[in-house]
Amino acid sequence: MKNKKRLKTETTSIFFVSKEKEPLLSKKNRKLLTDPMDDNNPITVQVLGICSALAITVQLKPALVMSISVMAVMAASNVIISLLRNLIPNRIRIIVQLVVVASMVILVDQILRAFAYDVSKELSIFIGLIITNCIVMGRLEAFALGNGVWKSFLDGIGNAAGYGFILILVAFFRELFGSGKLFGYQVIPDSFYEMGYVNNGLMLLSPMALITVGLIIWIQRYRNRVLIEKN
Amino acid sequence: MESYLNLFVKSIFVENMIFAYFLGMCSYLAVSKTVKTAVGLGFAVIFVLAITVPINFLLDTYLLRPGALSWFDKSYADLDLSFLSFIMFIAVIASMVQLVEMVVEKFAPALYGALGIFLPLIAVNCAILGGSLFMQQKDFSGITESAIYGLGSGVGWLLAILAIAAIREKITYSNVPAPLRGLGITFIITGLMALGFMSFMGIKI
Repeated sequence: MKNKKRLKTETTSIFFVSKEKEPLLSKKNRKLLTDPMDDNNPITVQVLGICSALAITVQLKPALVMSISVMAVMAASNVIISLLRNLIPNRIRIIVQLVVVASMVILVDQILRAFAYDVSKELSIFIGLIITNCIVMGRLEAFALGNGVWKSFLDGIGNAAGYGFILILVAFFRELFGSGKLFGYQVIPDSFYEMGYVNNGLMLLSPMALITVGLIIWIQRYRNRVLIEKN
Repeated sequence: MESYLNLFVKSIFVENMIFAYFLGMCSYLAVSKTVKTAVGLGFAVIFVLAITVPINFLLDTYLLRPGALSWFDKSYADLDLSFLSFIMFIAVIASMVQLVEMVVEKFAPALYGALGIFLPLIAVNCAILGGSLFMQQKDFSGITESAIYGLGSGVGWLLAILAIAAIREKITYSNVPAPLRGLGITFIITGLMALGFMSFMGIKI
């Protein structure tokens, strides 16, 4: 009986701080990292952070820079909010979160401007929009406010990785079919063009980003039938 | 006058927040299941955008831009505070949303009942911050222009969410492949609508 009860508390304690000491990368913690890649992907399942995901996926390079920036912002703000979680009055928590995220984003923006100016110009306002990227706020609300520092850090990294994964996937297809390049290098050989292959200019336009994400969701839910919505 | 009308039409159709820049997609997808709620959120967005964009314009011109502080003292002329714009804009938006919520609750309880739950959501809507950041990039010459831009973007956002909500209400009756139901088909429809909106490109009045 006692044993059974213990098993139950263990399965539910994923979402709470567990009192027992556990290794840094225990199974539960690893789940925090791997879950957002597929079953609980922030973009295709939780529907968070779509705005920026679509606008900057014309090429792989900005998409990669964006994912790294989001990862840095998420990990840092998750840790900070998790440290402050017992000090923040509930009523003003949104403003506190916004201020923390905004300062992190300013840091990232200044670093990008200093070291990668051309990419930062390309991303234009979308770095600033990480502040209101629902993925950051959503994870702060849903996870960092109720969990310890290390877990929040892992959650931030995991969700940002799931976000980046979709971003890079979309950017890969759009750059490959839209301009025949990857990371700016031509991959489709010249002989194809001589035979009459033409780049699909439609892929470079913004509507195709939406349709590509729609198709990715289709494939994912076809593979993983639990995620299918009922209506 | 003509240029104002041009800016208004352009910000609604050509530079539509959703179909051209994908801003505010999160609430657009989450709150578009029925037309009624979509209208409520849409009007709240128009309201907040039309207020915050001009305020942030004033902040940008008199505080943040390189050399903006020269009205205060000549010695501040080479000061550049533009790195603070993110935090200033988001603070203005968050506090304006709170203020608007309180004012509406006090003076228009009926409207508050309709918008109530959506107002706090708006503080984290990318379309609002996006409007202010685009305003900063566009270098408007006066406060009227920025107000019209904010209003137009809001109207465009309302138009988009209204259209998708109506389509989603209808599409529940059609036989969509199971894995595509809900989110997937909404994405694809939005893509097709965005293709349609591209035909407005280059319109001038």
